[in-house]
Amino acid sequence: MDYRPEVISKMSALYAAGSGSFLKDSPELFNRYRESAFEDFKRLGIPDRKNEAYKYTNLETFLNYQYQEYYSPLPADFREAEKFHCEVEDLDVWNMVLLNGFFPNGEKGLVMLPGGIWVGSMKFAVKQFPALMEKHYNKYVENANDGLVPLNTALATDGLFIYAPKNTVYTKPVQIVNLLHSDKDIFVQDRNLVVVEDGAQLSLLVCDHALSPQHFLTNTVTEVYVGRNSRFDIIRVQNQHNNSGKMTHTYIHQERDSYASSNNITLHGGLVRNATWHHLGGENAETHSYGLFLADKHQHIANFVKVDHVAPNCNSTQLFKGVLDDNASGAFNGRIMVHKEAQGTNAYQSNNNIILSENARMDTKPQLEIFADDVKCSHGATVGQIDADALFYLRSRGIDAREARLMLMFGFAHEVIQNIPIEALRDRIDNLVHQRLRGELSRCASCAIQCN
Amino acid sequence: MENDQDKILNDVTSGEYKFGFVTDIESDSIPAGLNEDVIRLISSKKKEPEWLLEFRLKSYRHWLTMKMPTWANLRIPEINYKDIIFYSAPKQKIAPSSLSDVDPELIRTFDKLGIPLEEQKHLTGVAVDAVMDSISVKTTFRETLAEMGIIFCSFSEAVKEHPSLVQKYLASVVPYTDNFFATLNSAVFSDGSFCYIPKGVRCPMELSTYFRINASNTGQFERTLLIADEEAYVSYLEGCTAPMRDENQLHAAVVEIVAECGAEVKYSTVQNWYPGDKDGKGGILNFVTKRGICKGDDSKISWTQVETGSAITWKYPSCILRGNNSTGEFYSVAVTNNHQQADTGTKMIHIGKNTKSTILSKGISAGFGQNSYRGLVKVLSKAEGARNFSQCDSLLLGDKCGAHTFPYIEVDNPSAIVEHEATTSRIGEDQIFYCNQRGISTEDAIGLIVNGYAREVINKLPMEFAVEAQKLLQISLEGSVG
Repeated sequence: MDYRPEVISKMSALYAAGSGSFLKDSPELFNRYRESAFEDFKRLGIPDRKNEAYKYTNLETFLNYQYQEYYSPLPADFREAEKFHCEVEDLDVWNMVLLNGFFPNGEKGLVMLPGGIWVGSMKFAVKQFPALMEKHYNKYVENANDGLVPLNTALATDGLFIYAPKNTVYTKPVQIVNLLHSDKDIFVQDRNLVVVEDGAQLSLLVCDHALSPQHFLTNTVTEVYVGRNSRFDIIRVQNQHNNSGKMTHTYIHQERDSYASSNNITLHGGLVRNATWHHLGGENAETHSYGLFLADKHQHIANFVKVDHVAPNCNSTQLFKGVLDDNASGAFNGRIMVHKEAQGTNAYQSNNNIILSENARMDTKPQLEIFADDVKCSHGATVGQIDADALFYLRSRGIDAREARLMLMFGFAHEVIQNIPIEALRDRIDNLVHQRLRGELSRCASCAIQCN
Repeated sequence: MENDQDKILNDVTSGEYKFGFVTDIESDSIPAGLNEDVIRLISSKKKEPEWLLEFRLKSYRHWLTMKMPTWANLRIPEINYKDIIFYSAPKQKIAPSSLSDVDPELIRTFDKLGIPLEEQKHLTGVAVDAVMDSISVKTTFRETLAEMGIIFCSFSEAVKEHPSLVQKYLASVVPYTDNFFATLNSAVFSDGSFCYIPKGVRCPMELSTYFRINASNTGQFERTLLIADEEAYVSYLEGCTAPMRDENQLHAAVVEIVAECGAEVKYSTVQNWYPGDKDGKGGILNFVTKRGICKGDDSKISWTQVETGSAITWKYPSCILRGNNSTGEFYSVAVTNNHQQADTGTKMIHIGKNTKSTILSKGISAGFGQNSYRGLVKVLSKAEGARNFSQCDSLLLGDKCGAHTFPYIEVDNPSAIVEHEATTSRIGEDQIFYCNQRGISTEDAIGLIVNGYAREVINKLPMEFAVEAQKLLQISLEGSVG
């Protein structure tokens, strides 16, 4: 039976109930888009497997849970979250904790870091930077066939805001630890905006952890504006339990001479779908999209990437890898689109997967759409096992089979990890992946909370 | 220099279509439009048995419930099925028993196309079944082949002479419910070729069908059925042309191949339907369903296609690899020039153990052409040790064309190894410079590079066809290189 009408009617009830209360309390800028976004959601519905972008991803299990109707955090929740500290040796970051995508209330609503970079909540940002928000909010989303994106626009009330004004450089990465913690099953809609103005530089590290065993479903939309000659890196480390689902939609809009990279490291999660759009809107921009996932049990992990070459002389690379064990399934859906004007494009896409068990399954769909002729585009995809020759090579040197397999898998994964621009973090993630491959809990030695 | 090169490219790709003439021959056509009576009429004209009429009607009823698919990366003009004549046959007094009975005008048509119907003069040893509009005109070498037990005749004759074989295999690979165009074909198919190679027989000559659309406003719906019994081998060729007309003509064919244990079937196509004029007016809409099943162990099906014609090509020759150790191959060169569009590729369904498939697709786009590769490699959970390698390259000549790649890879078995790679680029200036430097003109250099690019596929064609295909490639791109 089709579960979707029921979910849609549930969302409609939530929207109707909210338009008088919690939705009304949010800034006018947000409310302005709600109605038409909700119409879009009703028209597009929840993507099912007939939707090309979701051909291999079934959302049914996760959308079918009975989530608490609407989540808004209580101060007590934050006190719980405050206990959490994430310390990585040698990793000097500026750290902030979010609870279920929401900001701790109070004074810390919006803070300026040394160097002039602002980090805080969207709600506060609308008050402090009305013109900036007006210019960027809801400007980069593409929601032609995915109902979940307008659903977020219609229901989100807050999220993360980061603003790097012109020529500001923050040398330390900004780390956002997003904790999922609740005593009820919740469906979270958070909406984020990152603005990196001309000549600015910023790297952002987002770690997702689930702390309580309840069912979680997160539908995140993040818009990123990368101005001329600026640089932006985003690294996501997703480490949630098997009852939690996460769908991220990230839109990176780049101006000329800019550089952006996105790195999604998925270690755990019942259902994870990372969708990343790279829009190369100015000449000579460069973008990189990386992803690594390690899936087992009944997990499903999907990566969707679209790189839009609109302007000439831009470069892009995509590298996505996956290791699948038990009954896990994985999907990759990547698309390079080169528009007519985008001459001189270099675009590269690669997707490699290792299947370890009989019931694991991988579906991949690398695509090229090219309308310009002076281009160099290539893509490759492989699905296979650990190379028998390589295994033999190691074993003939006295390394036992288990260790040799681990070494090879680790080498396979490291190819993605080595692209992380922050060295200390690179080592740390290498370490996490190593533990994950060994079947140990991937948790940091110094962490007080066990995020398994 | 740049301009010169563009001009030469333009000259190279704007060659004329050489088979655009119309044969002035009386034809027996039925009124345009489609309903159950038309189907009954087609069936009665062909004096078909009851079961075949039932099959047609069943398909037609199912077709009425279907919608034209829109997923392909094509812009398809609206097809009005009421205006299409679904049956047209060149008028012949009596069924020809020998060549002298065939209308001389028909023979001249096929001679002009370079298709020899006169067996005695024919040196290359290719048996030909010539199909004009809806009807098979003449099948050559029938008797020679019959001595070895090979049945090679038109589909209508097969229905009369070998009904049990036809009934057994018809729609066994492409069921009548398969897709919009296959279902339409099942309802109205007129003729086509039928071929059966008995156990252990290697067919000594290339079998060939030549399709020609002549009458205007007609659609051509042929159906080919190829059965290779255990340990048999056959190489089959297919060629097609059509006159130049302003309107779009519909061509919706179905080809089914069955390969039993140890059998090998090689199916080659040189498709050169009328592609429409320079502004994209007219041309054949080529919507074809081709599928083979490797039913028995150790069987092999190999598709080779050179697609240069048609305004729109929508074609996915596929292999179902059911037998253990069976092999599927797909080699394709698709050229789109002017306003041509092509969405072509293959499906490899790995069901049996140790099944292997190879996909090699070369797309060439010029002018305003849009060329898409769409392929599926599916490894089912029982397909231990399945292996696939796919390579899809696209070459862009000119800045107004497009090249697209849509591979789908679905792997449900841990021992499978599936690899896909694709590249898109244009002819490098350094490559042209290298040729120029050695005294080769830009035009020749482009021809050389394009031919080298397509060589891997053309090498797979039987010799006679390879020469033709190579020439065709040059003509198709004439006036477009740049």
